[in-house]
Amino acid sequence: MTKKTKKKKSRPSSSVPIAIGIMDITQRKFRWSDYLAEKIIKGVAFLSIAIIILIFFFVFRESIPIFSSEKTSQATQITDTVQAQETYGEVTDKPVAEDVQETYGEVTDSTATASSTDDSYNVSSGSGVDDNRSALQSLNGKEWYPVSEKPRFGLWPLIIGTFKITIISILFAAPLAIMAALYTASFAGKRLKEIIKPTIEMLAGFPSVVIGFFALMVLATFLQEIFHYSTRLNSFVGGIAMGIAAIPIIFTITEDALTAVPKTFYEASLALGASKWQTAFFVILPAATPGIFAAVLLGIGRVFGETMIALMATGNAAQMGLNPFESVRTLAATIGAEMAEVVFGDTHYNVLFLIGSVLFIFTFIINAIAEFYVKGKLMKRIQGK
Amino acid sequence: MIKSFKKNIKGILIEGLTLSSALIIIAIVVVMFTVIVIGGKDQISWEFLTSFPEDGMTKGGIFPAIYGTALLVILMSIAAVPFGTITAIYLTEYAKESSIIAQSIRFAVRTLAVIPSIIYGLFGLGFFIKFVGTQMDNTFLGGQLKWGQPNILWASLTMSLLTLPVVIVSVEEALKTVPKELRAASLALGATKWQTIWKVVIPGSISGIMTGTILAVSRGAGEVAPILFTGVAYYVATLPGSLSDQFMVLGYHIYVMTTQSANIDKTMPIQFGTTLVLLMLTFILNFSAIILRYRIRKKKTD
Amino acid sequence: MAFEKIHTENMVLHYGTKMALNNISISIPEKKVTAFIGPSGCGKSTFLRSLNRMNDLIDGVTIEGKILIDNINIYHKNIDVVTLRKKVGMVFQKSNPFAKSIYENVAYGPRINGVKNKKQLDEIVENALRNAAIWDEVKDRLADSAMGLSGGQQQRLCIARTLAVNPEIVLMDEPASALDPLSTSKIEELIVQLKENYTIVIVTHNMQQAARISDLTAFFYLGELIEFDKTKKIFTNPEKKQTEDYITGRFG
Repeated sequence: MTKKTKKKKSRPSSSVPIAIGIMDITQRKFRWSDYLAEKIIKGVAFLSIAIIILIFFFVFRESIPIFSSEKTSQATQITDTVQAQETYGEVTDKPVAEDVQETYGEVTDSTATASSTDDSYNVSSGSGVDDNRSALQSLNGKEWYPVSEKPRFGLWPLIIGTFKITIISILFAAPLAIMAALYTASFAGKRLKEIIKPTIEMLAGFPSVVIGFFALMVLATFLQEIFHYSTRLNSFVGGIAMGIAAIPIIFTITEDALTAVPKTFYEASLALGASKWQTAFFVILPAATPGIFAAVLLGIGRVFGETMIALMATGNAAQMGLNPFESVRTLAATIGAEMAEVVFGDTHYNVLFLIGSVLFIFTFIINAIAEFYVKGKLMKRIQGK
Repeated sequence: MIKSFKKNIKGILIEGLTLSSALIIIAIVVVMFTVIVIGGKDQISWEFLTSFPEDGMTKGGIFPAIYGTALLVILMSIAAVPFGTITAIYLTEYAKESSIIAQSIRFAVRTLAVIPSIIYGLFGLGFFIKFVGTQMDNTFLGGQLKWGQPNILWASLTMSLLTLPVVIVSVEEALKTVPKELRAASLALGATKWQTIWKVVIPGSISGIMTGTILAVSRGAGEVAPILFTGVAYYVATLPGSLSDQFMVLGYHIYVMTTQSANIDKTMPIQFGTTLVLLMLTFILNFSAIILRYRIRKKKTD
Repeated sequence: MAFEKIHTENMVLHYGTKMALNNISISIPEKKVTAFIGPSGCGKSTFLRSLNRMNDLIDGVTIEGKILIDNINIYHKNIDVVTLRKKVGMVFQKSNPFAKSIYENVAYGPRINGVKNKKQLDEIVENALRNAAIWDEVKDRLADSAMGLSGGQQQRLCIARTLAVNPEIVLMDEPASALDPLSTSKIEELIVQLKENYTIVIVTHNMQQAARISDLTAFFYLGELIEFDKTKKIFTNPEKKQTEDYITGRFG
């Protein structure tokens, strides 16, 4: 900064050396700190987009080997002799039986031909040859035995388990949360609001481990005494616990949707002689429906991917039944329970990443629907169709 | 008369029903809280908090878990807070609201916020450990296995991705409470954009940055799924001394102890004690954040 | 040939496709108080903001024509806007002190300019506060927060803040409209004092105020400059009928 002092007549003060001369204005100054700051800030901001792309890429990358007919160079290969020693239903982590011939490092297509010439193999319904092609086919099976001698990666028990839990949790959480939000938005006085809202925020702050602990220790016993079922940890208990975890998100978004309804609707209704509850029920609630729909969707997304509660309160048994009082295994819990024990590059490893990819896509879609649907419908409703 | 009576009944029913829902939820929270406090309060002592577990987790304390949790969230914050704050600054000060870039970033942030925490764990494994870590080993250590495995560095980086959206949202909220007129005043005095941000906007949003940090720390202290296979361990004999060490945390400790411990009776008090410690920790953090946020919102409406 | 301090020729301003200022040509002399009057929405504030390029902050604003300050076209692409704003200061309608101490508010400008010496800063701050006629009221509490001052004091603080950067021109956008009568008269006194050393351009919707304190007055209406002349003339014997109608309260 050039500091020229211009001759100032009787400017009542000292010679403050920050007078601006004509030359200063006419030269566009390059300011390093501003330039750097802008570049760095812009660059960092793009990080969030980069992260999403990276997550997409790396999670998918580790699941792709399943879809190729070649083997990865690090997985082991079990030959035909295993067939005679097939053991069903045993989940062991003992090493594979001794007379298995293992071939490392061979990336050939011969494995495919080897298995197809042997007609004691039934490749189509979940028989467990540890090569990617059958793994791919076993995905459509009903048995999840990833570490048995003939590993089977049937996803259906996991999918059913996840769905059972999700349905139960939403049936429990959605009505409670939505009605509580309706009360808070339409009926509650200021004092009650200041009790309800912080409480729900505190609930949102409960780590899921803690909720899982509560479910495992207290809730399971409590519910068993009421409903008298035999398995202590099952999808019912897990579902209720997950529901507890989902309440804050459904409540918050519903309440936002209800309070976002323009005040003019409320006032117009009251001016027509409707009472508070009639307005709440017949005007505000319908107007907020897209938002409530989004709230439930996001609640579903939350439950779908929840891991710790599932690991602690559901019994962790991959079964196909529809009985809510049976133990289940969810997709997320499977990843959580098994990934630490898995061999890198193994088919099991790839399948777990595949499950992760499925979870990722699913929650992504749910989020996208919730956003675009809400934006579209909500705007249309409020501005007139 | 009858009609309005019926209407009244309906009204009372609806109001009653919705009120009960709210009360049920409050009751659930209170019960959970109380049960854990009652079950764990006797365990809490100075010794419990400062000693190592002994005898297969049936005796002793949980100090390494507390230490590990603290170290994890500190490392996580070092990564998440600056990046989150800078991103928030970009969104409010530099980007045009309607631009595709701003909308993409916001969409990315919202998506990051709803990704299940276990996916972050997978990413941590597939990217940090198996890609970055292995590359580091190959380039700097000639293939020796050091960084290509789970440790506290990768775990905290993984956790920082999880909490990034939380920081961004809180800081943005605080940045927006700084009135436009202050920015105009600063520019009219001949300050540059960056000077204005650094000297006027950021100082005015410190409370929001703090809120974001506190919420991130609370999340980081309680989440277990992202670190299940990126670095946490059930028992480590020594405290983590370098970035390549494994570590213990409260949440994981609770999980393993309650699902896999051999002697349930002996460990149950410790289970409750540990859960209480974790709950208290997150409770205090969340409470402070709520108070801070309340203050920020009050300032906005003043 | 040298123009007056501020000189515009055929200046046109668009907000997107909408024309907000049409063909403004005006010559504002230095060290006088020039007032812009006119009904709300007529463009006087917009024109004022063009003089220190604060309109650059708004998306979609396009400007044509000449705007010269000290014979320099301030919209030339080589112009350093940041430095320009040090030469042309602005006081806003609603006082906007920073959430800092009184001292720090006034010292903000000099600090940005690189003044670090405490003694120098003290001197600048005191002079600015004196010139803004508020020194006596705050000299004992310079470290207090500026938010604790009354509305009128805050506005004078904002004036001090602007003066601390040593501008040559001070633009004021309805500086007293949010203040009570007592504070307003204090500010008006101040403005008359300031013209000894600064060129003042003030936008006001208060005609009496314009008549009281300004040497020259410009009447704007619907984005056009209707009449510009000595204040006395405008208020006693205006040339244009529109001016007369506005002065006599027939509209606006």
